[in-house]
Amino acid sequence: MAELNSLRAGPNEKGHFGIFGGRYVAETLMPLILAVESAYNQAKEDPAFQSELNNLLCHYAGRPSPLYHAKRLTEHFGGAKIYFKRDELNHTGSHKINNCLGQILLAKQMGKKRIIAETGAGQHGVAVATVAALFDLPCVIYMGATDVERQQPNVFRMKLLGAEIMPVDSGSKTLKDAMNDALRDWVANVDDTFYIIGTVAGPHPYPTMVRDFQSIIGNETRKQMLAAEGKLPDTLVACIGGGSNSIGLFHPFLDEPSVSMHGVEAAGKGIETGAHAASLSGGRPGVLHGNRTYLLQDGDGQIADAHSISAGLDYPGIGPEHAWLKDIRRIDYFSATDTEALEAFKLCAELEGIIPALEPAHALAHTGKIARKLPKDHIICMNMCGRGDKDIFTVAKLLGVDL
Amino acid sequence: MTGRIAARFQALKKEGRPGLVTFVTAGDPDIETSLHIIRKLPAAGADIIEVGMPFSDPMADGPAIQASSQRALASGMTLEATLGLVQNFRVRDNETPVVLMGYYNPIYSFGVEKFLRETKKAGVDGIIIVDLPPEEDGELCIPARKSGLDWIRLATPTTDDERLPAVLTNASGFIYYVAIMGITGTKSANQKEVRAGVNRLRTQTDLPISVGFGIKNPESARAIGDAADAVVVGSAIVDIISANLSIKGKPTPKLVEYVLEFVENLSNGIRQK
Repeated sequence: MAELNSLRAGPNEKGHFGIFGGRYVAETLMPLILAVESAYNQAKEDPAFQSELNNLLCHYAGRPSPLYHAKRLTEHFGGAKIYFKRDELNHTGSHKINNCLGQILLAKQMGKKRIIAETGAGQHGVAVATVAALFDLPCVIYMGATDVERQQPNVFRMKLLGAEIMPVDSGSKTLKDAMNDALRDWVANVDDTFYIIGTVAGPHPYPTMVRDFQSIIGNETRKQMLAAEGKLPDTLVACIGGGSNSIGLFHPFLDEPSVSMHGVEAAGKGIETGAHAASLSGGRPGVLHGNRTYLLQDGDGQIADAHSISAGLDYPGIGPEHAWLKDIRRIDYFSATDTEALEAFKLCAELEGIIPALEPAHALAHTGKIARKLPKDHIICMNMCGRGDKDIFTVAKLLGVDL
Repeated sequence: MTGRIAARFQALKKEGRPGLVTFVTAGDPDIETSLHIIRKLPAAGADIIEVGMPFSDPMADGPAIQASSQRALASGMTLEATLGLVQNFRVRDNETPVVLMGYYNPIYSFGVEKFLRETKKAGVDGIIIVDLPPEEDGELCIPARKSGLDWIRLATPTTDDERLPAVLTNASGFIYYVAIMGITGTKSANQKEVRAGVNRLRTQTDLPISVGFGIKNPESARAIGDAADAVVVGSAIVDIISANLSIKGKPTPKLVEYVLEFVENLSNGIRQK
């Protein structure tokens, strides 16, 4: 249990983390969001729910994921000792399954008959389609038309799993627009539908609920690191789109002053070019998708298009708890460009035999930058939150290789 | 002091007919055409004018209104220009109530205090902000009420009796009852369901009740109007704008005329006994 003066105690009863978070949704959705909140509060205290979830996390998703000492990368950078939390080894290939198993159990408990979700890179969509298949519920996935194009392998995986894919043609045709259309679907089908949001964004209670389901990453890391090194890690690193894998790793360590945390946003072609997805570095507070947070927007409050090589980071906002943790300076936020991520992607494959997703490749690019300058007894733990099979077509194209 | 909205509903009551609220997005397809339409709406039979403040991500709206927002933004529309549009309208019409409808972020970005000051100056009577439920009343609702603006709240079929008092607290002007579960311009409103919904509201409020979402033609305006104090038509009007654009998105010569003709038909519809 978090203490009252703990950094882990948020949000307040209205879902606010400082000025961030909240419930900025249309009235049609309000009763539903309140129902999700009350069902979630019950589930948290329900031993049967927790036991079913733990059972699935262990025997279906394959948890705990290993903590791996990346020796060759450590040697390559020549500084800090680098560990990977191997969440790419989970069933479905990313951390997204942790949250989806929790939310599908909640949907079942609430008696919902239909599942909807948004997806960017398709990792969340695949995880949702997977749990929907497992629980025999029809499932509709909203995905920006641009992302459908650049994430073909995941689109096909979702179809194999029985999901219906709805390409979204409005706006920038990426994750933000997919979320708009998923919310529209929900408003029209409130009676029977559960919306599985994939990141720590959206209206309260989603940012909290998704964080709690993802905190298993950090909780395992703490135990595993103590077993491996006899101490806590010195620095945690994770990439940030909406921020679910990073908050999952960071949150259990927030009250440990000795642990520093680095969130890595996607700088796209460079923050200075305007073509990026770094809402903390390049945005300002605003209200979108049910919460107040840092947003990429123009001078008139219109939401700007994000850009990143990685579809999973291509979102103009960020989870409200991150926005708060930035403002109180508990977590430091950095960014890595498309080019840096691509370099890290290749390096990881060559040196460690691990093909990372383009999302954690951003985290690895940053890990490389800091590891060089740190002493050998400094321990970095980076969340390898997804595997890169889905990205091989994108990367091949960027490298000029015809598949 | 009686505001324009209250005065208009009193007048409608005397006339013994439901009112017509027409929605267009400010700056759709461009600011001149938009002003031209808005100026002529009252003569065509609109009792209250609802002006959309364009937003890039209108989550409660269907494709028609989203597209109109995008057209307006592409033509360079801003919140400041929207307020200017209302101010221009007010120069010649000091009686027709004007209600702004939109999403919170552009206002938050503009600054709440400045927004309230400018809306007053422009002659705006009320505001409807889709993504500010009663849970977030501290943001804009309470300051808006203090500055004398009406805060028009959406009530929906999902607003149950337990929640209704929270929705009605701080509401003024009128209640906007959402006829369907869904986004604008999609499903059709059903008279029987609307009547039941409106009657449920009437047991808890004396405010006039306007019904919108899913009213597409003079016939449905008449049917729904029979069960309410006013009907709101938006997507169907916006569709006419969209249908009368050149390939380059410029208004064709008859655009304004067609829009007004449709509004006249709606107005005749609700006046039929």
